[in-house]
Amino acid sequence: MGSITLKKVTKNFDKVNVIKPLDLEIKDGEFIVFVGPSGCGKSTLLRMIAGLEDTTSGTIEIDAKDATDTPPAKRGLAMVFQSYALYPHMSVKNNIAFPLKRAKVPEQEIENKIAQAAKILNLTEYLDRKPGQLSGGQRQRVAIGRAIVRQPSAFLFDEPLSNLDASLRVNMRLEISELHKSLKTTMIYVTHDQVEAMTMADRIAVFNGGIIEQVGTPLELYKNPVNKFVAGFIGSPKMNFIAVDEKDNFNADSIGIRPEHFILSREQGTWAGKVGVVEHLGSETFLHIELNDGTTVTVKADGDCEFDYDDEVFLTANESKIHRFNKDGTSIM
Amino acid sequence: MAIKSTAQSKLIYTILAWTISGMIFFPIFWTFLTSFKTEAEAIASNPSLFAFDWTLQNYSDVLSRSPYFMHFWNSVVISIGSSLIGLLIAIPAAWSMAFVQTQRTKNVLMWMLSTKMLPPVGVLIPIYLLYRDFALLDTKLGLVIIMTMINLPIMVWMLYTYFREIPNEILEASRMDGATIGEEIFHVLLPIALPGIASTLLLNVILSWNEAFWTLILTAANAAPLTAFIASYSSPEGLFYAKLSAASAMAIVPILILGWFSQKQLVRGLSFGAVK
Repeated sequence: MGSITLKKVTKNFDKVNVIKPLDLEIKDGEFIVFVGPSGCGKSTLLRMIAGLEDTTSGTIEIDAKDATDTPPAKRGLAMVFQSYALYPHMSVKNNIAFPLKRAKVPEQEIENKIAQAAKILNLTEYLDRKPGQLSGGQRQRVAIGRAIVRQPSAFLFDEPLSNLDASLRVNMRLEISELHKSLKTTMIYVTHDQVEAMTMADRIAVFNGGIIEQVGTPLELYKNPVNKFVAGFIGSPKMNFIAVDEKDNFNADSIGIRPEHFILSREQGTWAGKVGVVEHLGSETFLHIELNDGTTVTVKADGDCEFDYDDEVFLTANESKIHRFNKDGTSIM
Repeated sequence: MAIKSTAQSKLIYTILAWTISGMIFFPIFWTFLTSFKTEAEAIASNPSLFAFDWTLQNYSDVLSRSPYFMHFWNSVVISIGSSLIGLLIAIPAAWSMAFVQTQRTKNVLMWMLSTKMLPPVGVLIPIYLLYRDFALLDTKLGLVIIMTMINLPIMVWMLYTYFREIPNEILEASRMDGATIGEEIFHVLLPIALPGIASTLLLNVILSWNEAFWTLILTAANAAPLTAFIASYSSPEGLFYAKLSAASAMAIVPILILGWFSQKQLVRGLSFGAVK
């Protein structure tokens, strides 16, 4: 079991309101990602679910029981921190055993659980080392091991991959996803990296300024963002926004077109512009194009795209993929 | 040119450092030398540095005249006792100030430190009267209590500084892992802060060992530590420099040995947090 329900939850730090009244239902076994820019309240909400921050008002229910005022240790949740937060004076084995010893699990069972977790996370040969003797990736695995052995009703991850280098991050992302598939335990994962969110999540909650802008599956958010913020935050490179007026016949204040939904031409198109910087990545090419009205857009083209710096270019958008927005930024469905 | 000036300034600094260290150490060195002189040589108007008749007479006189080992034991009980009790109070206090901060934490810390700025003589009468009424005069317990109280602000400050260096996330992780506050402090905080705690303990043992104001005022014979033992040689029959020096040397030696063996720990503890 591991369902978590937030009802009208708010958080104030002194007089500053960082989480506005917020409702969210996290289903048992779900992998939900909280994503948003720095300072949007996603980590604070995770810490409130963990019990490390008090809740100013509203209720947090874990498995249908009110846990708003339950201390962290009694919530049955496990957390993996950005800084790993391993106990530096203990060996890997003792780090993993720590929560089990606190729960007074019999010695033999502790040994079995450590061996099992070490096997899953490839830590068997490092059990006697101290955290200081491990690489970043290994430390993060120990932190995950410490969380797994408790068999929590949900895992909370607070930007766990931010301190790792790019290639390791991709590996760990896969490992965490595989772990979720095998354990089938609820996971709440906080990140500011939308690629992590898109690749790992069953559902994503997009945070902005202490509120949830939209909750949905990665493809729902990509295809049907409710407003300009979500549209711009989800997808990489981000969506291009172009101001339009009545004569353009879009019936909108502005439109959004993802870089991958433009068609490039040397002869004709809806918008004319000049090619700026061209980034060749091999498999694809990113062109930064300045339209005649001064707007800069990014276009994703094939790897063998032949446009070059300063070339004249015409752009057309794939009609069915155009997102239209009202003046207040909300989407016109 | 740059290399020359660096070498030159290094030489100047070395000479300067040795000179200042020599000046600081000289009185202690002189005390040791005097303790091996006769009383006549000790007060000679033209004292010689090494050319005198070396004697151990002062040490045997001091040992036969006063119960040195009783005073030594009193010093041990008072300094170690007060430092240990101080730690018991200071650790939870510093924990709460470092990890459960409120808006007034800084003020409380400043207030605690400000008590160290008060001249002790300012509270002499009330404390003396309290001690008299509670029958704490000339008792080891009385001195342990006063030493604990006067060193507590320093202990809390030192521990607070060390604790602030420990990432809060490690303690939060232990809370998530099911540790109670006691387990969090005992299993996680204390082992990580051990160098800081050890240096706090050592420094307070040294401070208590050397404290001379309250030990002289609140003791007579039974609970008098080594500081009172030294002072007893400046009165009432007049000054006996050689014996006074022998007594001083015997009082200094134990703490000097302790300081020597723990200097690595002390320096590590005192510079803890200075460089991130």
